[in-house]
Amino acid sequence: MSKTANITLKINGEDITATVPVRLNLVDFLRHDVGLTGSHVGCEHGVCGACTVEVNGDAVRGCLMLAVQADGTEVTTVEGLSDSGRSAALIRSFTARNALQCGFCTPGMLASALSYIDAGGAADKAAIREHISGNYCRCTGYQSIVEAICDVITENATTEEAGA
Amino acid sequence: MTGPAMIFDKPNSYIGQPTPRADAARLLAGRGRFVDDLQLPRMVHAAFYRSPYAHAKINGIDVTEARAAPGVVAVYTGAELSKHVTPYVGVLSHLAGLRSAPQHPLAVDAARWQGEPLVMVIAQTRAQAEDACELIDPDLEELPAVVDSETALDAETPVLHSEFDSNLAWERTVDVGDIDSAFAAPGVTVVERQFRFGRHTGVTLESRGTVCDYDPSEEQLTVYYSGQAPHMMQVIYSKHLGIAEENVRVISNDVGGSFGIKIHTYGDEIAAGVAAKLLNRPVKFIADRLESFMTDIHARDHVVTAKMGISEQGTIVGIDFDDLTGIGPFSMYPRTSAIECNQVLNLTGAPYAMENYRAKGRVVFQNKTLMCQYRAVGHPIAMAIADCLLEDCARSIGMDPVDVRRKNLMADDSYPRNSTSGMKLDDLSHQKALEKLTEIMDYKGLRDDQEAKRKAGVYRGIGFVSMVEVTNPSPMFYGIGGAPIASQDGATVRLDAGGALHISSSITEQGQGTNAILGQIAAGVFGVDIERVKVSTGDTKTVPYGGGTWASRGAGIGGEAMLQAAHALKEQVLEVAGVLLQTPVEALDIKNGCVVDAGTDNERMPLADLARTVYYRGNELPSDLKPELIATRHYRVSDFPFVFTNGAMAAHVEVDIETGFVKVLHFWAVEDCGRVINPMLVDEQVRGGVVQGIGGALYEECLYSPEGQLMNATMADYIVPMAAEMPEITVAHIETPTKTSVLGAKGAGEAGTGGAPAAIMNAVNDALSPLGKSIWQMPMTPERVLQVINRN
Repeated sequence: MSKTANITLKINGEDITATVPVRLNLVDFLRHDVGLTGSHVGCEHGVCGACTVEVNGDAVRGCLMLAVQADGTEVTTVEGLSDSGRSAALIRSFTARNALQCGFCTPGMLASALSYIDAGGAADKAAIREHISGNYCRCTGYQSIVEAICDVITENATTEEAGA
Repeated sequence: MTGPAMIFDKPNSYIGQPTPRADAARLLAGRGRFVDDLQLPRMVHAAFYRSPYAHAKINGIDVTEARAAPGVVAVYTGAELSKHVTPYVGVLSHLAGLRSAPQHPLAVDAARWQGEPLVMVIAQTRAQAEDACELIDPDLEELPAVVDSETALDAETPVLHSEFDSNLAWERTVDVGDIDSAFAAPGVTVVERQFRFGRHTGVTLESRGTVCDYDPSEEQLTVYYSGQAPHMMQVIYSKHLGIAEENVRVISNDVGGSFGIKIHTYGDEIAAGVAAKLLNRPVKFIADRLESFMTDIHARDHVVTAKMGISEQGTIVGIDFDDLTGIGPFSMYPRTSAIECNQVLNLTGAPYAMENYRAKGRVVFQNKTLMCQYRAVGHPIAMAIADCLLEDCARSIGMDPVDVRRKNLMADDSYPRNSTSGMKLDDLSHQKALEKLTEIMDYKGLRDDQEAKRKAGVYRGIGFVSMVEVTNPSPMFYGIGGAPIASQDGATVRLDAGGALHISSSITEQGQGTNAILGQIAAGVFGVDIERVKVSTGDTKTVPYGGGTWASRGAGIGGEAMLQAAHALKEQVLEVAGVLLQTPVEALDIKNGCVVDAGTDNERMPLADLARTVYYRGNELPSDLKPELIATRHYRVSDFPFVFTNGAMAAHVEVDIETGFVKVLHFWAVEDCGRVINPMLVDEQVRGGVVQGIGGALYEECLYSPEGQLMNATMADYIVPMAAEMPEITVAHIETPTKTSVLGAKGAGEAGTGGAPAAIMNAVNDALSPLGKSIWQMPMTPERVLQVINRN
């Protein structure tokens, strides 16, 4: 019933080869086949953002992409962001602001936040709110998340100034 | 209560500090432990064939093809499953007259809502189980559906349960004073409005789910549960699956949001337990988003006709209302679906001094998803009835909404006292909260801005709510009515050989910061660095017995048990220290992990030395000294049915009268939850709660067709608050500790959700007031706002 395909991709820096059902979506592959359960599944139709991961540097919905489409790509999940230290500043600021409660939206929220910060986004609360409007959080009311992202941008700017 | 009051004054107390949560780092690193993350050996997956109809007779279901499908391990119809699990009935004896019919995990004779599970398929993968569901051939005879609650009691409407004479589940009346005479008195203005509160639902980002594992060699059922009440679920699985209670272990690890959604008995989760027992292997069921919308409990769904009378001087003479609420085909087990209506009758107008009160509530069956307790049960309805009528009255007599509250709110020095509906109230601060609110929001400045904007054709509004919140419930909430729901909680604290504390508690963590505040209390009261406190919650095998975290009870009840346990352990440790150091116990204290001389803080002995002496070298102790380096205490609220909190909130909105869109510009909340254990966590509870309240006020509604089909069961169609639409929320506190405990903490989790809708409705109506228009239906969608603007 379910056809399979072989894929090879780099996940958090590791080469992974797998045989997957062609109908398997990327986030289910990451969670259940690779064991990277940090990426979460909230709606499975691209609205909630809980499954957001990086594919070739872009923030992508893991539920709207099939695992076979990720063949040959480089994927980074929340575990990879943490291990490499790329999310370290956000982890500090999210903790300080209590910008998470249940933590279920958090991996996707971090991926979206990083895509904003890495693209040179400003410490502009309205712009940050707009940017994370594809990530649903039922717990916080968003304000602490926006402030935590702002803090990292401000902190980066201060560090750069000091460095220059 | 008497107790160690000095604990709050200690320099190293964590109580009152905005200490960050220890478990945040784990969640931020993607190391959460949610139910769906679990993979067990031989685990199989459940999917359900669900009723496509709101109401149908089940003539038969052919599962032959499904059984033969690839990967399928087992298929159970409702009739088959019912041989292995007993049905349940959601009634409580203290809600006199409440009735409901026996409910089976999988429907047996008839399907009574769209989405009700009829068949469970177990397969090697979830995808295979879903494939097999497609092959099920049911013989269902569609029956007329009871959809509209307002006609559910009509003679011509079919009766949903043949054993009953009507679709009425419960009714109650409260009648205090003489409302008719009060309204008829000279000079009294009476306003009447019909409120409509739409159905909405929790939309927890982590959907409901379970992994149930059965080991026949020990007759042990282990349930990995995403929820708020592990011990309640232990009883339910035990009772209905016929397993000894002590052989059921319920483990709640990380929970991805709950808000009252995951505290009920869901047929699919029970069925997964039955399958695990029948198959002797782990069964996983994770609801997908469609299943969440169709089967998670829905909330609200009230139609209320209400009147308030006010004197020329602005004194409320009374409230009179009739509340009708539709709860779906069954009262939810075991908490029942009558509690929300009961709360509406109990809480409406509770902040205000008034003489006359008449309230009637009716709860009716219908063919929709079950309705039950969701965050701020009944509060949004109760607060909107009183506070939206109050602002309507104030407009009628030309009085300012703040002035009318100052006049009618109970005086802060008037407690203890009862509300007009009979609720016992104490330690509240409505007047102070209102004053603080007007200060932090710059009320006068906002009114000036409003006037200027109106001249420019911009319609801004300011709305308020003064509210109470039910927290720290006593046994009078559920236990008295026969529900297997603990009202007390326990806490254990143990000093290990290295001088660290291990604490465990029966309250649960769903993101509120339960584990964090338990650690703060234990560390502060006992006297160690918070990093040396290790917290365990959520496992019936290892924690003391207790209720869990719901009804804003965790901090107030579980926190007090923790405080008492930590205090008891400290006394035990100091007794040992006194002997070892040959010093009177009164002259010693514990600070920063050391036994110190009280007063001077001169270090006498690190706790690790004390503990190692006790554990390793007991020979150094006098033979009559038998140290216990562990203490357990339990706590329940005994003097009051509930410990009420109060709050004052305000919304500033702008209504686009061309499009009907409401933009919330800012929101303010002043909350009195007694002693604040962690101001950062409380602020975030309030903010999150306010946003859920805004969702119900402006966006969220489960829409049904006349046939009872849920029409917007996707997150693309059901609108939840997202970051761009949400305002900044300013939070401030008044602290009036409750006298019912040493800790003095009341609950804080639900106030925002309970109060925000009324404040938003008042603000919208304030904005529309120059047009002479008003809206009384939530959610206040653009379409509805335009309809009232365009209505003549």
